[in-house]
Amino acid sequence: MSRHLAIVPAYNEAGAIAATIADIHANTDFDVVVVDDGSTDATAAVADAAGAAVLRHPFNLGIGGAVQSGYLYALDNGYEVAVQVDGDGQHDARHIPELLHHLRSHANLNMVTGSRFVDREGAGYQSSGTRRIGIRLFAWILSRVTGRRITDPTSGFRMVDRRGIELFARDYPHDYPEVEAVLLLHFHKLEGAELPVLMRARTSGVSSINAHRSIYYMIKVLLAIFVGLLRARPVVEAGDRAAVAAEHSI
Amino acid sequence: METKIQIVAIVVTGGLFATVFELVRRRALMERYALLWMFSSVLLLGLAVWRSLLETVSRAVGIYYAPSALFVIAFGFVLVMLLHFSLATSRLADQNKVLAQRIGLLQQQIEKLEAGERGNGVADLSDRRERTPAR
Repeated sequence: MSRHLAIVPAYNEAGAIAATIADIHANTDFDVVVVDDGSTDATAAVADAAGAAVLRHPFNLGIGGAVQSGYLYALDNGYEVAVQVDGDGQHDARHIPELLHHLRSHANLNMVTGSRFVDREGAGYQSSGTRRIGIRLFAWILSRVTGRRITDPTSGFRMVDRRGIELFARDYPHDYPEVEAVLLLHFHKLEGAELPVLMRARTSGVSSINAHRSIYYMIKVLLAIFVGLLRARPVVEAGDRAAVAAEHSI
Repeated sequence: METKIQIVAIVVTGGLFATVFELVRRRALMERYALLWMFSSVLLLGLAVWRSLLETVSRAVGIYYAPSALFVIAFGFVLVMLLHFSLATSRLADQNKVLAQRIGLLQQQIEKLEAGERGNGVADLSDRRERTPAR
């Protein structure tokens, strides 16, 4: 068994999931776990046939819950490194070895994120215009808060070490996880860095954020950032009470 | 005039109290919610009946029309209730998420174990089911 795991959250991605898994297997030695977040199509069956471990949610939890299931799986099965790869084929698995090399060669780093906006020859897919303004804004705010340069806070293409796995398995933001996870990492004093990657436009399915809802999304993420700043984020260790605790009494 | 509004207030708060009481009696309300509701409906009914107390309270906080003090208190309770329910739903949603994630992980483990048994030539559950004679 490999010590490395690729977490692929998927919601109705039967059309692209097999290619995504094959891409990961062809370019890396990573095990693949697909988190089928209550899909109504054949996502789970296709992923299983493609040789991935499949976690199935009984209903749709949203991207945050799906990704956290992947981290719980990584924690339970003792993986040392986990990388998130979107199920829709946007993330090019050829970059995974680069991310891994960068994480391994910098002992202080806990997370490496693939960024579309760190300079790299050939632009690749960089999202639509209105969305880029939003991403710029989040990037600016988060850079100010964390004190390190963040160019692509909405990138879901990120690799974490064991400490990152432990943190995310325990506490992972619910609603806008990509942006909030950057804050979470910062408040737990883990180090992150960005690496340039090229992303592809999605091959099938529909993005969870439609173009016409971009502005709405932007406002909600901004609110989430500020709520995230207010939120008490003590360095939670195993056995501590979670922020919203699953208590035994009703 | 004063008596009219008092009658209305007594009828409304009395109705609320009767409803809460009946729901508690039928065990439709869980104790923790029942307590809050019972307390608020008793207090409101008490203030509606006991006019001099309501007038003392409203004068103390500078409300000139005593019945509106009743509405202010009722509004306060409604706010507390709503906050309480937001807390309860947040907790339920979080518990729900944890359950769904655990189910996913457990299901994957079961399938892995079953696949392993099949691979070792040991009959798994479905095989056993097939072998039981049909009736």
